[in-house]
Amino acid sequence: MITLLVFLPLLAAAIAGLGNRAIGNVPAKLVTTACLFASCALAWPIFVGFLTGDSEAHVIKVLSFITSGDLQVDWALRVDALTAVMLVVITSVSALVHLYSWGYMAEDPSQPRFFSYLSLFTFAMLMLVTSDNLIQMFFGWEGVGLASYLLIGFWYEKPSAQAAAIKAFVVNRVGDFGFSLGIFGTFLVFHTVSIPAILAAAPGMAGSTIGFLGGRVDTMTLLCLLLFIGAMGKSAQLGLHTWLPDAMEGPTPVSALIHAATMVTAGVFMVCRLSPMFQVSPTALTVVTYVGAATCLFAATVGTVQTDIKRVIAYSTCSQLGYMFFAAGVGAYGAAMFHLFTHAFFKALLFLGAGSVIHAMHHEQDMRFYGGLRKSIPLTFWAMMAGTLAITGVGIEDLFGFAGFYSKDAIIEAAYARGTTAGGIAFAVGVTAALLTSFYSWRLIFLTFFGKPRWAGSEHIQHAVHDAHGHGHDDHAHDHHDVAAEGAGSEPSHDAHGVDEVKHGTLGYHPHESPLTMLIPLIVLTIGAIFAGFIFATPFIGAGGSAFWHHSLAFDHEFMEAVEHVPMWVKLSASIVMITGFVIALWAYILDTSVPRRFVATFNGLYQFLLHKWYFDELYDLIFVRPAFALGRFLRKRGDQGTIDRFGPNGMAALVQMGSVASRKLQSGYVYTYALVMLLGLVAAATWAMAI
Amino acid sequence: MNQLGFPILTLTLLVPMLGAIACLFADAKAARWVALIATLVNFAIGIVLWAGYQIGGPQWQFQEHIGLFGSFGWSLGIDGIALMLIELSVFLMPICILASWQAIEKRVPEYMAAFLFMETLMLGVFEAQDLFLFYIFFEAGLIPMYLIIGIWGGAERIYASYKFFLYTLLGSIVMLIAMLWMANYAHSTSIPVLMATNFPVHVQTLLFLAFFCSFAVKMPMWPVHTWLPDAHVQAPTAGSVILAGVLLKMGGYGFIRFSLPMFPQASAQLFWLIALLSSVAIVYTSLVALVQQDMKKLIAYSSVAHMAFVTFGLFAFNRQGLEGSLLVMLSHGLVSGALFLCVGVVYDRLHTREIARYGGVANNMPRYAVFFLLFTMASVGLPGTSGFVGEFLSMMGIYGASTWAAFFATTGIILGAAYMLYLFRRVAQGPLDKPDVAAMSDLSPRELLLLAPIAAVVMWMGVYPESFMAPMRKDVGYVLSRVNPAWPGGDSRLAKGAAKPAAEPVSGEGAR
Repeated sequence: MITLLVFLPLLAAAIAGLGNRAIGNVPAKLVTTACLFASCALAWPIFVGFLTGDSEAHVIKVLSFITSGDLQVDWALRVDALTAVMLVVITSVSALVHLYSWGYMAEDPSQPRFFSYLSLFTFAMLMLVTSDNLIQMFFGWEGVGLASYLLIGFWYEKPSAQAAAIKAFVVNRVGDFGFSLGIFGTFLVFHTVSIPAILAAAPGMAGSTIGFLGGRVDTMTLLCLLLFIGAMGKSAQLGLHTWLPDAMEGPTPVSALIHAATMVTAGVFMVCRLSPMFQVSPTALTVVTYVGAATCLFAATVGTVQTDIKRVIAYSTCSQLGYMFFAAGVGAYGAAMFHLFTHAFFKALLFLGAGSVIHAMHHEQDMRFYGGLRKSIPLTFWAMMAGTLAITGVGIEDLFGFAGFYSKDAIIEAAYARGTTAGGIAFAVGVTAALLTSFYSWRLIFLTFFGKPRWAGSEHIQHAVHDAHGHGHDDHAHDHHDVAAEGAGSEPSHDAHGVDEVKHGTLGYHPHESPLTMLIPLIVLTIGAIFAGFIFATPFIGAGGSAFWHHSLAFDHEFMEAVEHVPMWVKLSASIVMITGFVIALWAYILDTSVPRRFVATFNGLYQFLLHKWYFDELYDLIFVRPAFALGRFLRKRGDQGTIDRFGPNGMAALVQMGSVASRKLQSGYVYTYALVMLLGLVAAATWAMAI
Repeated sequence: MNQLGFPILTLTLLVPMLGAIACLFADAKAARWVALIATLVNFAIGIVLWAGYQIGGPQWQFQEHIGLFGSFGWSLGIDGIALMLIELSVFLMPICILASWQAIEKRVPEYMAAFLFMETLMLGVFEAQDLFLFYIFFEAGLIPMYLIIGIWGGAERIYASYKFFLYTLLGSIVMLIAMLWMANYAHSTSIPVLMATNFPVHVQTLLFLAFFCSFAVKMPMWPVHTWLPDAHVQAPTAGSVILAGVLLKMGGYGFIRFSLPMFPQASAQLFWLIALLSSVAIVYTSLVALVQQDMKKLIAYSSVAHMAFVTFGLFAFNRQGLEGSLLVMLSHGLVSGALFLCVGVVYDRLHTREIARYGGVANNMPRYAVFFLLFTMASVGLPGTSGFVGEFLSMMGIYGASTWAAFFATTGIILGAAYMLYLFRRVAQGPLDKPDVAAMSDLSPRELLLLAPIAAVVMWMGVYPESFMAPMRKDVGYVLSRVNPAWPGGDSRLAKGAAKPAAEPVSGEGAR
């Protein structure tokens, strides 16, 4: 059953991809979507089986892969509670995104290719989460990277999309650099890459040291940190996060599936999967906590000033991933996985909702040109509201809350309950970021759905109104539109908050609610965003945790008990900052819309710093990209041509030429004469060698 | 005689040889067909060879021996390593002939004869069991390649062909002297005997360096790599394919057949040299590849970087490293060959290799783009393609030998992704705004026939490499048994903490 579940998407991808134009749009879409729904239907019973305790963890071997001495690697599918959680997340979101794309990509000329990539991604992701060894995990890891590369660059005619695709792949490769070294080191230490065997042996390695790059370091700390570098790359943690916002160049369904719900959470999954290993190294866990907290805060601050609707959500994703990591760092793996689970629903919902808005607004992505949309697209509005209530964590203790209320608050409380310095800092950061989360989420809602329409300033809308007399709804996804594609980030002259300066009015444009194929996924995910936390809190983080996870991750029952008994002010803090953030957003974007402009005028330095995303891209360009190219050019000119060839073959040739000038009278200058001399020399040398 | 009852190895040499002679007496059209049939027949013989090879059987199989004079004789025989390289050669040859079907218009019979003659010599290198027979094949292989570049090459073919010839010949002269000394010392020219001979430690270093001169150039290792970009750029497409596919493998084959088993102490002592040169090669050539404007040069530099993975793995002194580097050799033979074919496809249409002249070909050549992307990804080492298994194993091996070396080797996966994707972006992606590029047609059936088989094998090797690793396993074990006693162990020794009892055996020698 699991074999079918995993390989159906591959089959679908192959049919749609190889068939492509030969089989046409509808068959390609039909086969991929049908296969995904079938996989989804297979995944839920597995998950429910673990919830009720009927299922046992098991491994199914498919084929042997690499056998090299101690290294025995199989293609195998592992199913346990942790995998089951990922299976339902992946197949559910993927199936819904497939369906959603029927509507969203309806006008695209290369739909079979798109659906093929989507299914291929799903397959790779399933291989990742079902892997029983580190190498198959790496296969899935790189496979999702490939699919992400292909989908970000799906509109490959746009230079910005190509650049974003390459950036995503290469930055992920930097993470994989660490991941690879981690795998090598793990194999060296444990003589196996089988995950269960490693986890069983890991505690025995506590206190041991190993040589690395000339020094001696703690074995488990080294291995965990190397592997964690891989997780940082895939999950866009601070330092290796720069690819994620740019990845928004891809079509919006892709952002929902890959860059929100599934692929970017692979790093969290990996840390949880290997949690018994991380538990051996407190140092590594501290690092994980700090990196998670730093990312959480960084991304939340940047998210507050972005004007591109997708980028706001992208930074929000980055920030939420930070939460998951510091949850893992403080040892609350169950809470990390729970937030991963709920986040998948509400973040996919927010992205697909944003896609619906973009669809309605004729591919305009800049929130400065939105406004007042709640009446035109009410269903999308309510879906986005549900998503926002879920991400900000609205709820009342012991009664009911939206998804994020259970998972995010559990993380914040766990950080406090850990009682370490790192935990304390993570707690403070978590609360601060919750304030920012609430602010930017409501800012998005207010700018998009409330206030007066500001559509007149949008080139996309102008285009649409203009075209309405001609051939109607044209496909503008291919248009390279600077404002939409790059946001205000690269155009400081635009005042992101100067909404009043933007022309008001509708230009007579009428946004339409999206087709049913897009609305059904929104509705399903809305249900998930509302109820996922309430229903699943007990097995994931509550009393049922030990029974549910059943050693598939390091679930510390006593610690999770302690988390439930943190002081009241800790429990309330998340809700208080959530309300504060809402009030600030309400004040600044509804009640007194001049506030943002005044803020920017007063704190321009801070504003520019945030708008330029803490100048990471500029910094990396300066210290990595440019020097690499400059060094390459230098080596080509001065190294190969200037030194090796000059003193090597060309120098030799020049010497020979000088020699031949001197001995021209003796030699003809033909190559065969030289060859003869060479041969004579050889014979002499041979005779000499024979003689001794 | 051998398990098949007839001299099959001699047959593999004879078929292309007779084909070459027949070509010389045929006209252009007939020569093409003769060459194609001869290479296909040889491919079929190669399949028989693989099928007849007993995995886990005797170390040397299909042996033949005819004494000629002195101890020198016509003695052939193969082990699993040679078998796989023979398969690679006979697989690529018909593809090369087909790739030259239309691209070569002048002196077709001579061209085909040169190619067939080269096949004989290449196979001879892998099949020879006599030291001097090996040397003859090894060096004579230069001649047809020299002719192919020099006669059918591009504008600067003369410079390139001389550079190629002199570079590779100079290295081998010292090797010949070393061979003579060895034959004298061991009183035998038989390679199996020499592999089991323990040469005096103080001489080993000199002998190793003598062989190293030749193999490092063939490999090519930094800094003696500069002949390769020029040779590739000037060679016709099929010449590049065979150069990258098979001729570059002779250096690696030489290391594993001679240097490691015959001079184990010297190999261990000079590990630092290999690791240093390979580290430099990976970073240096990757950066140079990043700024190349010429497609063939870019792939040539990427070859140098990939060959550094081979040398790393060979000198890792453990099983993962050795098996990994053998797989890199096979995979690189396929992938870089295929990439040169991909360049050839667009070169045949636009007659330029300048990257900037292309752009957006994914629009009008979607099939081509798919193959190009697949081979790009295989070159980058994406799991699921042949590139991954070899690179990963050889890096894993080198980690056991030196973490510093592994650190530099692994940077290759970042830089490799950067330059290959940058190439793909500039050629296949972007707007289709150049009229002559837009006029290019997608793959013809003939071109499809060239690329599809390679693509299939690349995927096969990526998903189930066991087919290719099984025949070589025992022979790798033999090499290991020769070198391991000499190797002191890597720098990543594990020291158990005092806190916990040691459940597992302490490993001081790294991964085995």
